[in-house]
Amino acid sequence: MAEEFDESVEIELTADEAALLENLPELSELGEARRKFLGQAAALGLGAFALNLLAQEQAFAAIETSPEAVFAPVQIENSVTVAMKINGAEKSLTVDSRMTLLDGLREKLELTGSKKGCDHGQCGACTVIVDGRRVLSCLTLAATCEGKSVTTIEGLANGDALHPMQAAFIKNDGFQCGYCTPGQICSAVALMNEAKNGEISYVTANVRTSAKNVKLSDDEIRERMSGNICRCGAYPNIVAAIQEVHSGKEAAQTWSFHTPNENVAEIEEDKKDATV
Amino acid sequence: MRPFKFSSASDARNAVQTISANKDAKFLAGGTNILDLMKEDVERPTALVDVSRLNLTQIKSANGGLSLGALAKNTDTANHPLVRQNYPLLSMAILAGASQQIRNMATNGGNLLQRTRCSYFYDVAMPCNKRAPGTGCGALEGINRMHAIFGWSEKCVAVYPSDMSIALVALDAVVKVQGANGQERSIPFADFHRLPGDTPERDTNLNHGELITAIELPKNNFAGKSYYLKVRDRASYAFALVSVAAALEMDGNKIKQARIAMGGVAHKPWRATEAEKMLVGKEASAANFKSAADAEMKGAKPLEHNKFKVELGTRGIVRALQMAMSGGAA
Repeated sequence: MAEEFDESVEIELTADEAALLENLPELSELGEARRKFLGQAAALGLGAFALNLLAQEQAFAAIETSPEAVFAPVQIENSVTVAMKINGAEKSLTVDSRMTLLDGLREKLELTGSKKGCDHGQCGACTVIVDGRRVLSCLTLAATCEGKSVTTIEGLANGDALHPMQAAFIKNDGFQCGYCTPGQICSAVALMNEAKNGEISYVTANVRTSAKNVKLSDDEIRERMSGNICRCGAYPNIVAAIQEVHSGKEAAQTWSFHTPNENVAEIEEDKKDATV
Repeated sequence: MRPFKFSSASDARNAVQTISANKDAKFLAGGTNILDLMKEDVERPTALVDVSRLNLTQIKSANGGLSLGALAKNTDTANHPLVRQNYPLLSMAILAGASQQIRNMATNGGNLLQRTRCSYFYDVAMPCNKRAPGTGCGALEGINRMHAIFGWSEKCVAVYPSDMSIALVALDAVVKVQGANGQERSIPFADFHRLPGDTPERDTNLNHGELITAIELPKNNFAGKSYYLKVRDRASYAFALVSVAAALEMDGNKIKQARIAMGGVAHKPWRATEAEKMLVGKEASAANFKSAADAEMKGAKPLEHNKFKVELGTRGIVRALQMAMSGGAA
């Protein structure tokens, strides 16, 4: 039920709040507005909560805070400023020296496609392409990326046109939950170039002979993709997707969406089963 | 992760001086191991000097052999035409380790300085003489399936994890390092890493501040008959239970020279000198390989959970030698 807001009660302010009010008379007006709002829409707890947050944010954004204030903008200790190219766009970031490239992408640049799986270089979910090479962004300090060019899953498609590897993953059902997929796809895209350049792997039969445009067997793909773990076990379909792009041989799609008619038929079928 | 000061070095001399002046400072190259250990609070440097942009990335012919820049990436080293052609054992060993992403980041110098993956070393709530000298060894009486069968001490039974280094010790590599006053020295690969003894906290004979600048490989005649065998719990992307680097030089149907080194069995790359000696002058037969393997493994002292490594090591040596004879990597 609605709570009465007793305006006569003196609220005890913390030192921070008192300082805020003194420095920023508008805040008390915001407070007034808030009281009115609460009076009108008293029971809407969530709305009140949101308004409260909004008021606070507006207030804090508007003032120059002293360095001692709790919400003062923090000077980053050991900060490093780096300029790099992310998906073709120049970006400059000021980061704590401890920030990984992965956290920089996700938390600073809002590129949340790269996933934090293990954060210890064991799963490959954070794989991105730096200067043409696939690397683990969780074991890369953002501070080391000055002048580098980073491609994430967000940078692969050309507008609405999917990258062939993205399309192949969908067509071949190369994922279930999808969490490892951005890393898998970035890894696979880089792998295509490695094969073109004639790079070898541990399962390459003869490492002494060299050739460009290596034709990858399924075993080669498995070995070369072993740094990307898929908990759902979509490996056969991941290999199929990569093989389709690598070989250029179009494979038949093995799945399709249900049509509305099929849906209806299935529901009828279920009903019959239920009555048996 | 604890706070640290980051700087990027533009010349080796300054980098070495910066590190030498602060006992808690560390070099940063590929970062694939140290960053993980910092997240785990095992490594706690107060400053990192990024040396990855130093001009130490060349791979080039030198003194009839090959010089590998310390900051060349593992991928670039494994794929270099001169490495593939003349030292295929090294290509195979590098490619047996980690994943493509990690090899793309990891440098040659950094690979040598990998720390053990012993789970007691990694877990700061556990005793570990390597991480916290004097706290004891959790693995000695604990779960030690992955641990050493050669050269361990009561203080530490951890194994050294690198694959690349197993090939390098077999190939008689030499590590070139630069010290604080610009002086350089060369360390034979077999003397670079240490057995644990009473000081397991020291993995190598590098002094604080010394920077690896290159790894030199002497000329050899092993290229046509060498193989790196890695036995692990998964088919790929796992540390070795046992690995064997094997290389043979033949004189007619007799073995002129043999090089055998093992990974996953000791605190350092384990050069199987007993087996090597046994093979010189013998025919390359399965029986001779088995005798050589037995001679080497006779010295093994397995722990509670890794007795299987003795038989695995014996079979591994035989198998790697057979693969080397049949052309192996070639």
